[in-house]
Amino acid sequence: MPFNTIDQFVKKNVLAVQDFAILSLRSATNLFRRPLYVSDILIQADLIGFGSLPIVILTGFFTGGVLALQSASALSQFGATGITGQLVSLSMIKELGPVLTSLMVSGRNASGMASELGSMQVTEQIDAMRALGTDPTKKLVTPRLYATIIMSFFLTIISDGIGIAGGAFVAVFMLGQDGSQYFHTAYQVLRFPDVLQGLVKPLFFGTIIATVGCYFGMTTRGGTQGVGRSTTQAVVVASVLIIAIDFVISRFMIGIFGR
Amino acid sequence: MSITTPTAPTIDEAAPQPDPNAPVITFDHVSIGFEGKKVLEDISFTVSRGETLIILGPAGGGKSVLMKLCDGLLQPDSGNITVFGREISHLKEEELYSARAHIGMVFQESALFDSLTVRDNVAYRLIEEHLPDEEVDRRVREALRFVELEDKIDMFPSELSGGMRRRVSIARAIISGPDLLLYDSPTAGLDPITSTTIVELIIKQRDVSHNTALLITHRLQDAFTLVSHRYNEQTKAMEPLPDGELDQNTRFIMLNEGHIVFEGTTLEFILSNDPFIRDYLS
Repeated sequence: MPFNTIDQFVKKNVLAVQDFAILSLRSATNLFRRPLYVSDILIQADLIGFGSLPIVILTGFFTGGVLALQSASALSQFGATGITGQLVSLSMIKELGPVLTSLMVSGRNASGMASELGSMQVTEQIDAMRALGTDPTKKLVTPRLYATIIMSFFLTIISDGIGIAGGAFVAVFMLGQDGSQYFHTAYQVLRFPDVLQGLVKPLFFGTIIATVGCYFGMTTRGGTQGVGRSTTQAVVVASVLIIAIDFVISRFMIGIFGR
Repeated sequence: MSITTPTAPTIDEAAPQPDPNAPVITFDHVSIGFEGKKVLEDISFTVSRGETLIILGPAGGGKSVLMKLCDGLLQPDSGNITVFGREISHLKEEELYSARAHIGMVFQESALFDSLTVRDNVAYRLIEEHLPDEEVDRRVREALRFVELEDKIDMFPSELSGGMRRRVSIARAIISGPDLLLYDSPTAGLDPITSTTIVELIIKQRDVSHNTALLITHRLQDAFTLVSHRYNEQTKAMEPLPDGELDQNTRFIMLNEGHIVFEGTTLEFILSNDPFIRDYLS
């Protein structure tokens, strides 16, 4: 690869990171600048939150179920099937609830944002908005950002609850375990740092989903093919970032709280 | 899309300058390029109040870029752009919103918001300014009546034909009574009959409101219709100017490969001996 090509490649990527950072920062701080499009935040919260509910419930339920199945199978070798609830609850609340919910929301909404804003970009609707005196980051990005953060938080809580219920369903009806023991151990094992970890993560993941989705949408070039490319890139980048940031947050929280 | 907190552009801040003889637009040695390729190079011209500047040139010559520079949608790499006496080429995006309060723009492909009805598209600026619903409705109907599409008020852009979308786009541009109108290829991709309807609307807007306008077109016949016709308010129709007159407030600019190759009146344009223009006219 010739030097000038490498040079251009690096410059292009550094500029992309810079643009992403500026867009993220501007859309976050827009909350403190007028106009604030409250109704758009509510519309987006409905689309992102309520719209994602079915997939989050289904994913949560079956994840909890399969966790119970696998845990019980492994624990039976040590005669410890009684702590299935502990394993399901800790795994769901600390890791699988936030991560799987965010991956599902990312698949559904980062792609939706990238394609919607991308279509607006290639048909000059974003320019038209600017020409009509409206800041597209305030009108389009900020509502999506805050709606995704808020709804990711609540969707994760729902997913955690449904996951534990799914585990209970499998444990009680398929493995013949005692329901009250399952819920008792599931509850008793939880400590404040576990719950905090599970509730902090969706706030970061929601930010990633919205900023990545909107960034790829707002920078779409090249017609309908470009919209498709942006959509794919948004989901891939958001998913990888979610998993990478999950590792960083987990390490950080374990470092602070020791669990 | 409804809005809850007010921040309409400060009109006073963006008010056109009082000097009636000062140019509305001044381009002073403006250059811009993308990814190392120059699109416009050393462009200088002025547009006076009430004047219509027709921008001609082959595709890819930088006409749309020039139009976006006028509205501050793009920033030049070098040179200065003054609109209504305000230097806009180095303004921040937030400051540009107020500068655009007196500019209406018709985009090449209409650029209507496809998730909004015709009413909400046309009313967009008024809704952002938090005007009362009754006034919004009255002005939307007025603007749609002007473009003869009042009956389409509740339809979505996807339900309209290409020509209708352009007319809605014109209604959206004129609803706030802008002093400067920017038409980016308003007849591109339309059949001749629909193109004539659009040109008639532009002439009507010009002769009724007497505002300044920049118009890009690929169709010479549209340009010549603009200079040779006027709008008759009695008959409510376009008619040729008497005795073969030409509109004195219309000038031409021709762009080729990022440079202005011609600037002048209609007669100077028609009588030009420049081989490129002769070739273009033929």
